[in-house]
Amino acid sequence: MKKTLAIKPNTSLSNKTGAWRTHRPITDQEKCISCSLCAKLCPEGCIEMININNKLKPRTDYDYCKGCGLCAKECPVKVIGMKEDY
Amino acid sequence: MISNKNKKKFLSPGHNACSGCGQLSAVQAVMRGLTADTIIANATGCLEVTTTAYPETSWGLPWIHSLFENASSVASGIRASLDKQKNKTTKVLVQAGDGGTYDIGLGLISGMWERGENILYICYDTESYSNTGIQASGSTPYGAATTTTPSGEQSIGSTQVKKDMLAIALAHGLKYVAQTAAGFPDDITNKVKKALAISGPTYIQILSPCIPGWKINYDEAVLMGKLAVKTGLYPILEYVDGRLNASSISSNFKPEPVNTYLKGQGRFKHLTETDIQYIQNLAVENIKKYKL
Repeated sequence: MKKTLAIKPNTSLSNKTGAWRTHRPITDQEKCISCSLCAKLCPEGCIEMININNKLKPRTDYDYCKGCGLCAKECPVKVIGMKEDY
Repeated sequence: MISNKNKKKFLSPGHNACSGCGQLSAVQAVMRGLTADTIIANATGCLEVTTTAYPETSWGLPWIHSLFENASSVASGIRASLDKQKNKTTKVLVQAGDGGTYDIGLGLISGMWERGENILYICYDTESYSNTGIQASGSTPYGAATTTTPSGEQSIGSTQVKKDMLAIALAHGLKYVAQTAAGFPDDITNKVKKALAISGPTYIQILSPCIPGWKINYDEAVLMGKLAVKTGLYPILEYVDGRLNASSISSNFKPEPVNTYLKGQGRFKHLTETDIQYIQNLAVENIKKYKL
């Protein structure tokens, strides 16, 4: 039987690691200064900077966010809170 | 619903790295420095295992894994094939951990550098074999408790100091050698871009705090990366053509005591004042050595 070892790109997207989460990061979009540090540091790469009223604001993809809290810890203006989520 | 944006990422979510992984945070910054015209050879290690749980992969770039020791040789083969096809634009990147770099792959890396091949080698330095259960590597620092250098009444953990991998790279005459740390995402991205613009072998080493290995909290990987730099234990360095070109230890550098870095990590919690003083001296030596 012939088996192929090469696999299709980005297929890990079917693995919804959001189920690991015990705490959910919630960003106060009003107070956010749009520095995008959270998006740059996220180990999952699941924070995207999107345009809201002509300002870039972070949007966390909760399908994949593991709830590590790195974004909340490193946020320079401390506007990301970690809420219990299970 | 999986968005199209996610499908085009060089490294997509859904990988199995620990929550808050310092290495994956650094990898995201590396990916922002690449173009789609890149081929990656990956050594065995956490990055390989967590991103490619067969039959899934997180990679959106051509990516190959063969063995622990031979990622550099696989990259050499890819480069040779590209050269034969007269392809001058495609970049070849090797990614490995400190186990694959400092110990297991060292001979083959030396060969790749000796042959002067146009390949960027990135070492994610977690200071132990994180994937197999935190065994000590050539990169494990003095005083760190690992499963092969446990701390106890008769032992302070690792009694060896870190091997100077940058010096080994420089001894091969590499045109670009750099050291940085997780927690400095823009610095990592810039260094990757710089290295890729240079023709010939280049080396970047990134300190990647490991949650279970260093026994730190899930949200502290970046904090530890920053503290390692601020204490002088792991300065941000850049050598161009063999000369120190940039260093985080500049004339106005005010080092923090190493204790601020050590006390936050479970692997160092057994250290006595004398041991900490020894490590402080290592930082002082670094500061002298790498002062720009």
